[in-house]
Amino acid sequence: MKRYFGRKLSIYLLTFFLAVTIDWMIPRFMPGDPIQNMLSRAALNANAAEVLYTYYAHAFELDLPIWQQYLNFWYALFHGDLGISTYLFPTPVTKVLMDAVPYDLFLLIPAILLSWFAGNKFGAFAARTKRLDNTVLPVGYILTATPYMWLGILLAWAFGIVLGVFPISGAYSYTMAPYLSWTFIGSVLKHWFLPFASLFLVFFGGWAIGMRNMIIYELEADYSHYLEALGAPRKLVRKYAFRNAVLPQITGLALQLGVIVTGNIVVEVVFSYPGIGYLILAAIQNQDYFLIQGCFLFLIIGILLANFVIDIAYVLVDPRTRRGMTGETA
Amino acid sequence: MWSRSKLVLCTLLAAVLVLGLTSGLVFGQVYTRSETLYVAGAAWGPASTWNPFQPGSLANTTGTLGFVYETLFMYDPLSDELIPWLAESGQWTNANTYELKVREGMTWSDGQPITAADVVFTFELGQQYAALWFSPMWTGAQKYLDSVDQIGDYYVLFNFTAPLYQEWGNNLYNIPIVPKHLWEGRTEEEITIGANANPVGSGAYMYDTHSSDRNVWLRNDNWWATSLLGWTPAPKRIVDIRFSSNNVALGSVIKGDILDLSNNFLPGVATLAQKGYVSTYFAGAPYMLSANTAVLFLNTTKPPMDDPAFRKAIAYAINVDDIVNVAYASLVAAASPTGLLPSLSKYDDAAVIASLGWTYDPAQAAAILAAAGYVDVDGDGLVETPDGSAIALEVTCPFGWTDWMESISVISDSCKAAGINIEDVTPDYGAWNTGLQSGTFDMTLNNWAAMSNTPWTLYNLLFRHPIQAQMQSGNFGRYDNQTVFDLVDQLAAVSTTDVAGMQAVCAQIQTIMLTDVPMIPLWYNGMWAQWSNAVWTNWPTDGANTPSRLPTTWSGYWQLGGLRMLCELELVSP
Repeated sequence: MKRYFGRKLSIYLLTFFLAVTIDWMIPRFMPGDPIQNMLSRAALNANAAEVLYTYYAHAFELDLPIWQQYLNFWYALFHGDLGISTYLFPTPVTKVLMDAVPYDLFLLIPAILLSWFAGNKFGAFAARTKRLDNTVLPVGYILTATPYMWLGILLAWAFGIVLGVFPISGAYSYTMAPYLSWTFIGSVLKHWFLPFASLFLVFFGGWAIGMRNMIIYELEADYSHYLEALGAPRKLVRKYAFRNAVLPQITGLALQLGVIVTGNIVVEVVFSYPGIGYLILAAIQNQDYFLIQGCFLFLIIGILLANFVIDIAYVLVDPRTRRGMTGETA
Repeated sequence: MWSRSKLVLCTLLAAVLVLGLTSGLVFGQVYTRSETLYVAGAAWGPASTWNPFQPGSLANTTGTLGFVYETLFMYDPLSDELIPWLAESGQWTNANTYELKVREGMTWSDGQPITAADVVFTFELGQQYAALWFSPMWTGAQKYLDSVDQIGDYYVLFNFTAPLYQEWGNNLYNIPIVPKHLWEGRTEEEITIGANANPVGSGAYMYDTHSSDRNVWLRNDNWWATSLLGWTPAPKRIVDIRFSSNNVALGSVIKGDILDLSNNFLPGVATLAQKGYVSTYFAGAPYMLSANTAVLFLNTTKPPMDDPAFRKAIAYAINVDDIVNVAYASLVAAASPTGLLPSLSKYDDAAVIASLGWTYDPAQAAAILAAAGYVDVDGDGLVETPDGSAIALEVTCPFGWTDWMESISVISDSCKAAGINIEDVTPDYGAWNTGLQSGTFDMTLNNWAAMSNTPWTLYNLLFRHPIQAQMQSGNFGRYDNQTVFDLVDQLAAVSTTDVAGMQAVCAQIQTIMLTDVPMIPLWYNGMWAQWSNAVWTNWPTDGANTPSRLPTTWSGYWQLGGLRMLCELELVSP
């Protein structure tokens, strides 16, 4: 057990180091200059722009040699300092992220968990049920193959513009300031629904298709035939098949996390939903090195953590891994 | 056991709910429609700073300057007048002394009186801190302000050496006055780059709240101008929305229930205005007032653009009408060859324009090219340079600026039709900006001279000097002509009241500009404004029965008439 997690942990640490290094490098390879961008937006008078440029370049330490910037970055990172955003100057990146992350969690966690549970249940239910199989299968394939952005735009068009039942941008209505009341909560949920639905539907299709195929495979396995031959009820056979079929789906969840988070970015952009995804787009457009780094750092940590949790969950769910590990240590 | 823990849980939940609802009633806020003005189109990004001295603040919290902090004067570009605001009056008592009278009886929103001490304090911040944008008045190569003296509670004397009158006139309505009693204890960092959350100023509106897609401002019911000048802004609250896409803004302003005024560029507004879905300043083309000049900068360090004849041929070859009518669908007007906005047209020298100006004329372009030795050697329909080498130039603008992207496509097409091989290319903003400032571009669009009280603002952009490795704020094409540089410096030092003197210098600048064609002013970008009359009315238009103001919420334009517009709005009776 110890060795298993030890090995996993060292892989995670190495991944973290490499990912963060790449995260630091990539924005700096972009053509352009964040300070120039920041100043050029402000339509300053000409004399002032030049004075301010030198000042800000120094304040952001962008006038240091590149290797020193890299070392400073790691040093600051271990002190919990992600720098100051140029796009949202002078807000610290950590504060910007703190404001955005709740929106991401509010979208992602329900979308991932609900779609996983619902997709698996539904896929299992649909497998080998002729009528459902004929309808669900194509719909599932279409859903899972739909780009998030496109589904988002379709939903926005249908429910936002044509039917006019859901708002298509922002996190809550422009006509209110946040406060605890049913009106406000209702407004938040209304603004949340379409981005959530875009993510949910695509994931749902994927999980349902996967599960349906797995169940069919498991129903063809020897143990299923044996159970059937013993005269076990259909429900029982399916129950065992489901238990086995769900294991690859857990691994699948770990593998899919990266894709899901990317999908989330796109959906947030479509609906102007103020999470990390929406920030990333703005940060890149404004060449905000520090904010880009911060956002991706958050994603890196999030994905690594989630993978780690899934590793643990896998051990808990599949008795064979547990047994394998005790055998290893013994 | 079960039922008991359930009971506890239910009670707790109920308690939380009751607490939530009652606190909601106490602090709750759904804005009343008839008291709220919804506007959009000003902010570039989420609000992050309310420091009136900071560039980011100006771009993203439109209102920090103008709503919260006020300037000494307002400037009305439509009537070309400086209007006293915090100042009661101001005049040059001699060539080197400017005397300012601060209005008596004004207060900051915390109740403290506004006096000459606040004005002196604010100006002296520029002397102390190089990071403030107006510090070049005090320090650096072109310094001209020596000292600021407070005389009594309401008089200020500014003492200069060789003042740049034009820039001074501009600064009078751009430097926000901050309260001394709240700012004097602050550190350099707080003053220069601090976020200044919960700003306390003197103006018509106060900070209410914000989130990443909006700024909300609440009317200051104790605003000094209400009693002293009789100005009262009609809306109690202003919600300034940052839409992520223009389509959402367009949809909202057409519906009229969500958005009152949109200052976004929305293609197709001409059609909508004709059909009565939205209203605009002019009832017909160009629908919008002109806000700034889109200038095509030519990189004069690169051949063949170092040849004035070649540059002039391009000026004749570009079909500006197509830009106006096709790319902008009639929402802009073609620019004067001098580049000066209609509000500054009195500084245009008609004789110079008549003899040296240009309009779209491909035949004339061809004639100029032929005379200068640019002929089509290899028969591909495109001319080669006099030494026979092929011409392949690029015209650029940032990706995503759709109106400009279409415009450079017109430039490319019409130049190709005239035999000049120019491709349109759209790098992303950062790359474009780097190319612009480091001078690696061939030709590119730029409009960084804001609407101004003086033609010097534009000419300072066009003929910025000295030429450096990085040209951050003008003369991007690195046109090197000491005569015109001297003329621009001379213009800067002409008194703002000496219109004839300004005109004389401008005429000389324009003669050189139209002869040498170092850059080509093409069209005036509009002061995009389309509004709904569903809730608020009496918007400014060019008609006789409505106010004449700039109908804009753009940052830095409140003191150019935007605030007066708010005072003149009327609620549509339900």
